[in-house]
Amino acid sequence: MKYIEHELVYKRMKKRILLNYLLKILFFIATLFGVFVLAVLIYRVLADGIGYLNVDFLTNRLSTEPDRAGIMGAILGTLWLMAVVIPITMVLGVGTAIYNELYAKKGKLQSIIETNISNLSGVPSIVYGILGMTIFVKTLSFGNVVLAGGLTMSLLVLPIVIVSSQEAIRAVPNDLSEGSYGLGSTKWQTVKNIILPAAIPGILTGSILALSRAIGETAPLVVLGIPALLIPFPSSLFDRFTVLPMQIYYWTLDSSLVSEYANLAAATIIVLLVMLFALNSVAIVIRNKFQRRY
Amino acid sequence: MRSYNINKEKEIVQTRNLISANMNSNRLMIYIEKAMPKILFVIALLSILTTIGIVFVLITETVDFFQRISVVQFFTGKTLKPLSQNPEFGVLPLINGTIISSVIAMLVAGPIGMMTAIFLSEYASDQVRRVMKPILELLAGIPTIVYGFFAFTFVTPLLREFIPELGATNILSPGLVMGVMIIPMIASLSEDAMSSVPNAIREGALGLGATKLEVTFKVVIPAAFSGIVASFVLGISRAVGETMIVAIASGSSKNFTFDLTQSMQTMTAYVVEVASGDAPAGSTLYYSLYAVAMTLFIFTLCMNILARYVSRRFREEY
Repeated sequence: MKYIEHELVYKRMKKRILLNYLLKILFFIATLFGVFVLAVLIYRVLADGIGYLNVDFLTNRLSTEPDRAGIMGAILGTLWLMAVVIPITMVLGVGTAIYNELYAKKGKLQSIIETNISNLSGVPSIVYGILGMTIFVKTLSFGNVVLAGGLTMSLLVLPIVIVSSQEAIRAVPNDLSEGSYGLGSTKWQTVKNIILPAAIPGILTGSILALSRAIGETAPLVVLGIPALLIPFPSSLFDRFTVLPMQIYYWTLDSSLVSEYANLAAATIIVLLVMLFALNSVAIVIRNKFQRRY
Repeated sequence: MRSYNINKEKEIVQTRNLISANMNSNRLMIYIEKAMPKILFVIALLSILTTIGIVFVLITETVDFFQRISVVQFFTGKTLKPLSQNPEFGVLPLINGTIISSVIAMLVAGPIGMMTAIFLSEYASDQVRRVMKPILELLAGIPTIVYGFFAFTFVTPLLREFIPELGATNILSPGLVMGVMIIPMIASLSEDAMSSVPNAIREGALGLGATKLEVTFKVVIPAAFSGIVASFVLGISRAVGETMIVAIASGSSKNFTFDLTQSMQTMTAYVVEVASGDAPAGSTLYYSLYAVAMTLFIFTLCMNILARYVSRRFREEY
């Protein structure tokens, strides 16, 4: 007597196995779709922009003439923006994370704070732009200067820094802080000498990713009214400035008038992507090099 | 030990002195110790302050707007002519544009993101996953302005080859590109939800003779359903709040139409247009900015709350 009729099993299974196989291929193609678009996008940008990318383009001032236009001002503006965003988000973000993870008592206020942070991270960036325009540009009358842009961007990326720092702090094993307490350290000493050093790779990784979000973001700055005019290079917090994404935005909009502007925009995109790529590489290096497993 | 016994009295006094000397020298430290939680608390409250700031700013200015334009007129008006002599402020064209672009985006991002998630979580070997996930992260890390450039200078001309009546600015191309932008988000969130389904359940089904496909659709997806729905809701919220792609590639006509080949404006693009057009403070046009932003804010907030509610309420615990 046969326990399994192989022929019947094969007959019945054939369709199901075939379907499984076909859909597996479909899923794989869908996965490749993202890669494909990324490749096309990068190819297009390189093809359009690489010919316009040279030392003059990087170091010249802006000009209405495509041949003479340069993006030094936008590069400096982006660096100034980073100079404002980094200290503010580090202090506020890490401070909030330390409080939430290590000091806060579980209670109503605490759950409000945590819910609030996760809601903030879902607010569209343009709403932050409106907030920044109303409070920093108009009410405090900074005007559309580096400080106003930097503060707006800081508020925008703060939730990212807070959440990633909290995760980094949470990943530090309890044994370490127990050991520190056992040796007679106070809470703040433990935080300062044990927990923060152990969590710093994770905190840095998250902060760098947040920073790369900040320098790639355009919408809030458009609302702040950041110009792409022929303005002098920014040299203080209270100077007007422009950044790379804004430059890309204006050149793309005008590319239907002057077709070479599309190439300039593409060249600027290359610069921006290289900057972002460098930042992300640093984050990956930090993550791989300093991350210890306990 | 002997000396300890003899000098016990002296020792105690000395230790006491030591402690008090120590206390004095560490006064600053104790002060810091006490002050730190309070300082950190104030810092933590700042995030609340941001929210209050947003809500306060939006509400006060929106109230001003609704004193000039009635709420009903705003939400039911089918024409938006903010710059004409007799300005009309009906938000429906903007809501229409927002919904259409988001629907197009989700039609792209939903299926492809979902299939990507299934492949990565159920079919891919570890090696493939290690290559594909960073690439998807890369796709997610590209600034939206770059996608805008891509939509305007590449996708639109490409689509015009196939659809000649497509305008130079239209809603279709930014919608599609927005979909591509959201794919990584849906893929990674859904993948997280699916890979957190314990292997024992999969193996049970496989042991009963199910194919991988059947395991995926009859076991894994139902178990991870809450996470998948949450990823879709967050995707929609992202599409609604997306600004630069539509601001560049979909133009600024405030058409109330369902024709995908035409230029339409979304809520976000309207905010960009009005804000960069230097509306004089105090004008109805200026206040309309806040009313539109408020609509946008409330909508995305509801979506985010819904996503969190779904993923908590319907989570299957193992």
